[in-house]
Amino acid sequence: MFVLVLGAGRVGERVARFAMAQGHTVSVLDEDPLALDRLDAGVEDGWESAGGRFAVGTALEAAALEAAGISEADLFIASTNGDNTNIVMAQVAKERYGVEKVLCRVADPARAEWYESQGMHVICGTKIAISLFENELRQD
Amino acid sequence: MFMVIAGGGKVGLNLARELLEKGHELSLIEQWRPRYIRLERELEHVAQYGDATELWVLERAGIARADMCIAVTGDDEDNILICQVAKQKYGVERIIARCNNPRNLEHFKLLGIEPAVSATDLILNLIEHSLPGHGLVRLLDLSGDQLEIIEVEVHTGSLADGKRVADVELPEGARIISLLPRDACGFVPKDSSLIRAGDEVLVILDPGLEDAVMSHFTVEK
Repeated sequence: MFVLVLGAGRVGERVARFAMAQGHTVSVLDEDPLALDRLDAGVEDGWESAGGRFAVGTALEAAALEAAGISEADLFIASTNGDNTNIVMAQVAKERYGVEKVLCRVADPARAEWYESQGMHVICGTKIAISLFENELRQD
Repeated sequence: MFMVIAGGGKVGLNLARELLEKGHELSLIEQWRPRYIRLERELEHVAQYGDATELWVLERAGIARADMCIAVTGDDEDNILICQVAKQKYGVERIIARCNNPRNLEHFKLLGIEPAVSATDLILNLIEHSLPGHGLVRLLDLSGDQLEIIEVEVHTGSLADGKRVADVELPEGARIISLLPRDACGFVPKDSSLIRAGDEVLVILDPGLEDAVMSHFTVEK
């Protein structure tokens, strides 16, 4: 499977590396060239020599997405730390490029719930944290 | 009319001033605290503090009863999201979005965020307009209404050169609405008005007819 990861911060970097370990072809798009160093740090011989792809660019510009290989992608993971960027790019990946599976990281629970109700596959770390806290509270 | 404006920078503030003067009711949302404080001093309760992409901020600003939502922040993703939520979640009928980077315009369209206004594109059009020998200039693009107005310069030896307006056989869905002779004021032409090389013509047309229209005024090189 060809996996395109948008945003290699704390979340994207680990997800990208996991996808590669699972044997997928992985391409990462980040606006910061430093993100490649972060990817390199966890891979012997470095990210690119291990077969990973990396492109620098702003997601909303079509040229950057295309350089990162969005037209070949089977799975698109929007994992930047910007909710709105993720939400917009998830829709672009699906509607413009017809990517089959699209996952979208959203931190704000309210936006997460609304877009989920609109059929988006949303992953909300905040909601997971909240429910963990709530469970702890229930036990006390 | 009640309007919610997201983004209290130069565009948002000046829009708010003009619209208030015309008697409209407004909420102007700004997320940067120092700027919000300045806005609040001038506009009082019209100014609202918060991130307009947060649903509760929009709700507090009255989005549910808004007739129009205008997203003019400096961030294109934010403007897309604000308008999308206003339209789809809160049923706001009219939206207008600012597009900061014209390369993003296609994504506004893709997601149904129209009209999207790009100042860069408008200025570019004006620059092209003032360059001699320009091709087609889009003066107005109401793609929601399937209508646009273009300006074309008439080339020497083109089909329309030397013809009367009535004799230029434009495709159905296109019509000449104005003639701008090189050294005179523009006017709304009669059927008998003569078109000469060097004139500019304004044509109103259905989107997609540009090439067919252009072929009457330009010469293949």
